[in-house]
Amino acid sequence: MDRVKDLASKSAAVIFTKSTCCMCHSIKALFYDLGASPAVYEVDHDADMEWALRRLGRNPAFPAVFVGGKYVGSAKDVISLHVDGTLKQKLIEAKAIWF
Amino acid sequence: MGSKSFKVAGKVYTSVADSMPSFIANSNGAEGNTGQSSRVSNVGPHEQSIGFRGGAYNSTSLINQTMHPDLQFSSYEKFDVDPSNPFMASGSNDKQKDKFPEQKTQRRLAQNREAARKSRLRKKAYVQQLENSRLKLTQLEQEVQRARKQGVVISNTGDQSQPNSGNGSLAFVAEYSRWLEEQSKHTSELRAAVTSHKSDSELRSLVENATTHFNDIFRLKKIAAKADVFHIIYGMWTSPAERCFLWIGGFRSSELLKLLVSHLEPLTEQQLASIDHLQQTSLQAEEALSQGMDALQQSLADTLARDAPVVPPGSSGMANYMGQMAMAMGKLGSLENFLRQADHLREKTLQQLHTILTTRQSARALLAINDYFSRLRALSTLWLARPQE
Repeated sequence: MDRVKDLASKSAAVIFTKSTCCMCHSIKALFYDLGASPAVYEVDHDADMEWALRRLGRNPAFPAVFVGGKYVGSAKDVISLHVDGTLKQKLIEAKAIWF
Repeated sequence: MGSKSFKVAGKVYTSVADSMPSFIANSNGAEGNTGQSSRVSNVGPHEQSIGFRGGAYNSTSLINQTMHPDLQFSSYEKFDVDPSNPFMASGSNDKQKDKFPEQKTQRRLAQNREAARKSRLRKKAYVQQLENSRLKLTQLEQEVQRARKQGVVISNTGDQSQPNSGNGSLAFVAEYSRWLEEQSKHTSELRAAVTSHKSDSELRSLVENATTHFNDIFRLKKIAAKADVFHIIYGMWTSPAERCFLWIGGFRSSELLKLLVSHLEPLTEQQLASIDHLQQTSLQAEEALSQGMDALQQSLADTLARDAPVVPPGSSGMANYMGQMAMAMGKLGSLENFLRQADHLREKTLQQLHTILTTRQSARALLAINDYFSRLRALSTLWLARPQE
């Protein structure tokens, strides 16, 4: 979990993915489309990180999205926040984007 | 028993067993006209019925010479005798039998062989036809099974032996019709309230009820997708015209918003801007999800195309194959998540729209959405009922 937190705080937008997860591809695409350049970490070969992220409670656990170092959630959360404008707000605050 | 006809020396004779003279009938009694196949081994009694008695001419040897031992005769090939032909009568004219009977017998035997051959061919053709029909029947049954699995409702016509026809798909079809009925009730109520200019507070509760009911469909779809994701995601439950516009198991919110703007006027500048922004937002999310679906498709194709075309023999080959299949199964499983997120996007977008609109506008929006889909369904009905050449 420490490693997760460490990586999550290093960049404004962080997405933890698994290579087999196609939804991760969608969320990555959304972030790119918003102008954010998220740091993407594939956790296929890191069982500890994977387990730590699964413990955050979302199902499916991936993609696991952090903005401004804080856990946002999985795809469902990202879509909710995106639709009501909150996601963009958070990205601006974290300086991932400027408008 | 039947009458048999055969041709001898250019004339057609019909032997009618019942009218046979007694001396012949007696000797025929054992097996004449029973319809049994006669074989060479049954020649003995025939000898008598034909009437060749002793003499140089032996019918047994004649039969043995002219016929293959395992020829099977139809009931034609009885050595019935026509009393009107003196040459066939028993006990007469031994000398004449030496020349003519041989020819006649030969001809008769040839005809018998021909008849037997034709009979066999007919039987073969019939059996072949039966086999083809059986195959066709099996194919049709399989098609029906497949169609049922996809949710197409095919009546059982009394057949009770179908335990799992359609699984959850059939259940969803029923749930969806019920939802449509409820939907039309909510719509009527709402329409009455709008036209009779009810107060905002009354309208609000109606709008809330109608919205809750509208969102029910997403819950139903989620449950049904667990049983059969393909049925839901590829719109098998929708009407054909709706399927035209299908995007990951339903409508595109961005398109719906475009349609609604004209029905919601007058709108303030702020509202117009917000709706426009919402439309862009929804489109962004739709495109992201579409990209994920494309990636899924590509990945699935890659997984299955790997190591094609030959699975190497031995356990490692089989292990590869199973691994491939397991991975492909995982990919198919993620379809459910895509459907869920697409429906989530639809629900959230409409929810966001209601925050932009007044209560009255929300009511009109719900009516407009319902009218639009009703028209699509009506169009589908017309289409399906159209006269076809």
